[in-house]
Amino acid sequence: MNRLYFGLTALFVLIATPALADALTGQTQQQPLNWIAIAMFAAFATLTIFITRWAARRTRTASDFYTAGGGISGFQNGLAIAGDFMSAASFLGISAQIYTDGYDGLIYSIGFLMGWPIISFLIAEKLRNLGRFTFADVASFRFAQGPVRSFAAISTLLIVAFYLIAQMVGAGQLIKLLFGLPYPVAVVLVGVLMIIYVLVGGMTATTWIQICKAVMLLAGASFIALSVLWQFGFSLDALFARAVEVKTSLALDKGMAPAEAAAKGAAIMGPGSFIKDPISAVSFGLALLLGTAGLPHILMRFFTVPDAKEARKSVLWATTWIGYFYILTFVIGFGAIVMVATDGRYQDGAGALLGGVNMAAIHLSHAVGGDLFLGFISAVAFATILAVVAGLTLSGASAVSHDLYASVWKHGTATSADELRVSRITTLTLGVVAVLLGILFEKQNVAFMVSLAFALAASGNVPALILSLYWKDCTGRGVMVGGLLGLLSAFILTLLSPTVWTTTFGLGDAPFPYSSPAIISVPLGFIGIWLVSLLDRSANAAEERARFRDQQIQSETGIGAFAASDH
Amino acid sequence: MADQEVLERVASDPRYVPLVRERTRFAWTLSAVVVGLFMAFILVIALDKALLATPVGGLVATWGIPVGLGLILLAIASIALFTRRANRRWDPVMAAILSDAVAKDAAK
Repeated sequence: MNRLYFGLTALFVLIATPALADALTGQTQQQPLNWIAIAMFAAFATLTIFITRWAARRTRTASDFYTAGGGISGFQNGLAIAGDFMSAASFLGISAQIYTDGYDGLIYSIGFLMGWPIISFLIAEKLRNLGRFTFADVASFRFAQGPVRSFAAISTLLIVAFYLIAQMVGAGQLIKLLFGLPYPVAVVLVGVLMIIYVLVGGMTATTWIQICKAVMLLAGASFIALSVLWQFGFSLDALFARAVEVKTSLALDKGMAPAEAAAKGAAIMGPGSFIKDPISAVSFGLALLLGTAGLPHILMRFFTVPDAKEARKSVLWATTWIGYFYILTFVIGFGAIVMVATDGRYQDGAGALLGGVNMAAIHLSHAVGGDLFLGFISAVAFATILAVVAGLTLSGASAVSHDLYASVWKHGTATSADELRVSRITTLTLGVVAVLLGILFEKQNVAFMVSLAFALAASGNVPALILSLYWKDCTGRGVMVGGLLGLLSAFILTLLSPTVWTTTFGLGDAPFPYSSPAIISVPLGFIGIWLVSLLDRSANAAEERARFRDQQIQSETGIGAFAASDH
Repeated sequence: MADQEVLERVASDPRYVPLVRERTRFAWTLSAVVVGLFMAFILVIALDKALLATPVGGLVATWGIPVGLGLILLAIASIALFTRRANRRWDPVMAAILSDAVAKDAAK
């Protein structure tokens, strides 16, 4: 078995998704009903219903529905983005990775964070200045609407669909594990709550639920990390030393020779098997860096703030919270080594963690805070799933109603009420489809779907956005053809990669050797747009190029930007 | 459309082109630095795993720890630097350009 590929699969599952590697790749054992966790979650669900009711009164127009009327502040949006991005999986999955392999988990975290500076420097402000509801507004700003919007809608729906399936399956498995609820019940519960939030409360409800969840997750993780550090007199090195000791003695217990065991213990302090050869490393790096910058539900969050200045602040706040969170996760992972790996209460007879390795942080929360805190952390994990699926659904609904219905189908003549009606129908449809697919895929290995979503975003959306924003000679035809080429190559290469070909479908040696297609598909997206634009000699292309100057000035100044609506 | 006239006036403002040039150059340079450092980090790991596994002084912590945590802080610090410069240096100039352009529009 190739651990790199497995690691990369796990990696992508961890990003912005509560779908855990283990929860996805393996069946989890249903646990006895956890009443404290259920009660805590019920309290959270009640709070979110109140938020949704309050938000419903502020959701009258399409603008309210998609962007909360543009009235979210940079600070609030930063928290909401963090809530959209830090998932139960970053929390459980990365800490589990550190629990198992040590330092490799930190490499994941760093990768997740590095896309944010790119968003900040090159995308966020221009996105806000040119767009209204979807990133397609920006990518199609000076182009013929039909082709570019259609490409963007296809891309958004694909990304949202793969992401949602992974979320739903992960949610079902995780909730089965944490709450002791049957899988279908968990999936339906997630689906129903998500539909209520989005349908009734739109972006306002989604935003505030993401904010609540971010605050709960940051508070919970801070408490765990501080409790761990407190035990070691706030000395990280003492924590590391003890962790190496624990890993060494566990290796000795398994019958390793002392020298070998010592090496195994020390190995957690340095890079392990996660990154192997330079080409895989670059491919993985590209997918991470650019994937985040092309996720439609993340990009959509920048339309909720009043102007480019607040968009800029949002990224700073979001990155600060996410970075802080990853540092906490690092401490939590090492804390789990010293407090969970040595505690018989959390092991089955064979020395494995009860409920699988992703339970490391959950067990640690019990070790530092008892049953009550365990319940709280379980509820936070559930809340996290809801916040992410709500954002995804809203993004999918906007692609159908704003890009396909209002812009392509109705050529911009649809009323706000019509658009709102279509997005609500889409939300309901997406919610029902997500639940059905979640149940259908219960026993499938869907781990590759999140890595696929990232690869699609990096290979289709990012080349489209960057070239339409920064390259004068770019044309709509180029964006459509090149963008689709990026999407298609990312899709096919992912199917041909070891993760899917060998691990998921068991078809033997994979035709494409690298687990991330980004090293091929990202350049293909860029080159496709470049080449087709260059060869596009139509009169329409000339007009599109001529509009670049105005687009550029508007993107730099915010002249003509859609203003926040009054409330 | 009034916006179009404002836009033309902004474009012909002598302060506009240098401002945008400086801002754009800064944004791409900073992007290149962050991407370069991250790629260097994972390439170092791919090419020589032992390097970052070297302990720091007499500690258990390896060089990988300060380098890794440093990269997390770098991501935040680079955005903070960009935001600060934008708020203090570029926004006031852009606001002045815009308000002049709009004022001329109103005076007409």
